[in-house]
Amino acid sequence: MSNVILQTSHINKYFHDPVTVPVLNDLSMSVDKGEFVSVVGKSGCGKSTLLYILSTMDTDYEGQLWIDQDLITGKKEKELARIRNEKIGFVFQFHYLLNEFSVLKNVMLPGLKLNQYSESEIEHRAMERLRMLHMEDLALKNANQLSGGQKQRVAIARALINDPAIIMGDEPTGNLDKKNGEIVFDIFQELAVHYHQTLLIVTHDPEFAARTNRIIEMEDGRIIRQ
Amino acid sequence: MNYKLIFSVSFSLLRARWKQTLIAAIGVTFSITMFIALLSFMTGLNGLLDGLILNRTPHVRIYNDIKPTKNQPVNVSGTYKDYHNFIRSVKSPSARQEIFNSGAVMDAIRRDDRVAGLAPKIIAPVFFTAGTIDITGVVNGIDVQAESSLFHFNDYIVAGKAIDLKNVPNSIILGKGVADKLLAEPGDVVQVTTSQGDIMPLKVVGYFQSGLQDFDKVQCYASINTAQKLLGKPNNYITDIQVKLKDLNQAPMVAKEYGALFDADTEDIQTANSQFETGSFIRTLISYSVGITLLIVAGFGIYNILNMMIYEKMDTIAILKATGFSGRDVNRIFIVIALTIGLAGGLVGLVFGFGLSAIIDQIPFRTPALPTITTFPVNYNPAFYLIGAVFSLVTTYFAGYFPARKASKVDPVVIIRGK
Repeated sequence: MSNVILQTSHINKYFHDPVTVPVLNDLSMSVDKGEFVSVVGKSGCGKSTLLYILSTMDTDYEGQLWIDQDLITGKKEKELARIRNEKIGFVFQFHYLLNEFSVLKNVMLPGLKLNQYSESEIEHRAMERLRMLHMEDLALKNANQLSGGQKQRVAIARALINDPAIIMGDEPTGNLDKKNGEIVFDIFQELAVHYHQTLLIVTHDPEFAARTNRIIEMEDGRIIRQ
Repeated sequence: MNYKLIFSVSFSLLRARWKQTLIAAIGVTFSITMFIALLSFMTGLNGLLDGLILNRTPHVRIYNDIKPTKNQPVNVSGTYKDYHNFIRSVKSPSARQEIFNSGAVMDAIRRDDRVAGLAPKIIAPVFFTAGTIDITGVVNGIDVQAESSLFHFNDYIVAGKAIDLKNVPNSIILGKGVADKLLAEPGDVVQVTTSQGDIMPLKVVGYFQSGLQDFDKVQCYASINTAQKLLGKPNNYITDIQVKLKDLNQAPMVAKEYGALFDADTEDIQTANSQFETGSFIRTLISYSVGITLLIVAGFGIYNILNMMIYEKMDTIAILKATGFSGRDVNRIFIVIALTIGLAGGLVGLVFGFGLSAIIDQIPFRTPALPTITTFPVNYNPAFYLIGAVFSLVTTYFAGYFPARKASKVDPVVIIRGK
């Protein structure tokens, strides 16, 4: 039990607009520490919706959610923000970086928000992570000067800055070409193998899913295989 | 709370949209500039216009009015106390207009702590004889030095010197209007006839011009001694005592007190010139309304620009929230943006406002009605700058408040899912 990073119990979710439609149906699952899990399923099966509930950004659901043994359900917006900041690293499909900031500052921002280390230490940690992803040369560039693949790697570095309990990805390779998608997958693989980083990635790429430790397959708001 | 981070994010957003930021800030700058310049100019003008009258008006005036005796003998009599007494056709007694025991009264007033100074005066209605025509006028017998120091008499002398009234025996300073009618120049001698019919030649030593045409067509000045001689009165004859107080607001109280104490009629400045206070009040009110309207319009500009910025920066807000910024942090970021615009725009506005006031202060403004004024009057009151600074911050805070609240409520899921 102590090894469980993420757990849900009987999660139900409805969309109310224009009519009430069930999206997630009595969904229970758990992710252990160090697991590399992918969630697959057809478009509209509710996998993204599930991810937003798991990421604490969507609070309109029934059931319970635990992250790192901590009951998340019912917490206040401010506490949820803190949990996202501290425990969860995000990698999105489209929304990569803030164009107003340099690459380095983008990576540093969640660290600065957490305010656990001094600024120079956070900068050092950010450079470490960029180096790990071979992006250190681009650290001082502006975020909008990077290519899609490069941006996604910086986004991964940003997700890692606070040593999160889990990294969540929403189709992180969905908007990338084959080669860049491959690079991103290799990074995830390396994080899982070498750093025992827990990863939960939503994808509709079966090839991507096949190479992960565990596949959760969803259909019509239920888990049909895990 | 990590304010350093909030500020750093705010300034980055500002820099990314620096043109809009600049326009918003210029809006604030413009309104603060106009606010300062308008108020400085308007209150300067107010001061000038009020000064026209108020500078020359004593705070308390002691005199003896011509009026019937209040207590007629029949009312005082004990025999008819319980009767209704009807008295018709009561006439004013031929009482003296002079203030009784004026020397002692003046000494008593001078000893009063509340009094800044006093100037005795004799008012003598006269005729000036110019050929076959008699022109009515009033000769004011004054103590030139007291009058100059208390009521700025010097400022209104457009030809000659005020002190000549004292130095040249039997001299007179004519109102500009009177002088024009008499065609009298300094050095000329004019014939003055009193209401008793005595004629006396007086030497013109200067012109007086107050700026009020009606006033200048009637009023002339002579020294107290000359006026006493003119009226054939002894040298303790005084008809008016003009008192200037340290605090103008005490005037009604002091007037009442002196009235009872010296058994004379008194008039305070508030009663005598109430219409001027009303005028000043209305003008100031209008200036403030216009200035504050300008600021509110600038506030709407900021509101618009921040609203636009929030729509543009939805992605940024969503990512900030997804990576751990709470709604409150986002709120603070936009409030800081708004206040930065307000502060920067406001500060520049204060400087520009001062500059514009200084420029207005240099613009030549010469009018025959106001001999002592050569440029537009400007009032450099620090209170306006304080009000401007506070108001620029308050309006920008409220202009930023609603957009910031909106930004804090942005749902990251909707944005991230929406793409």
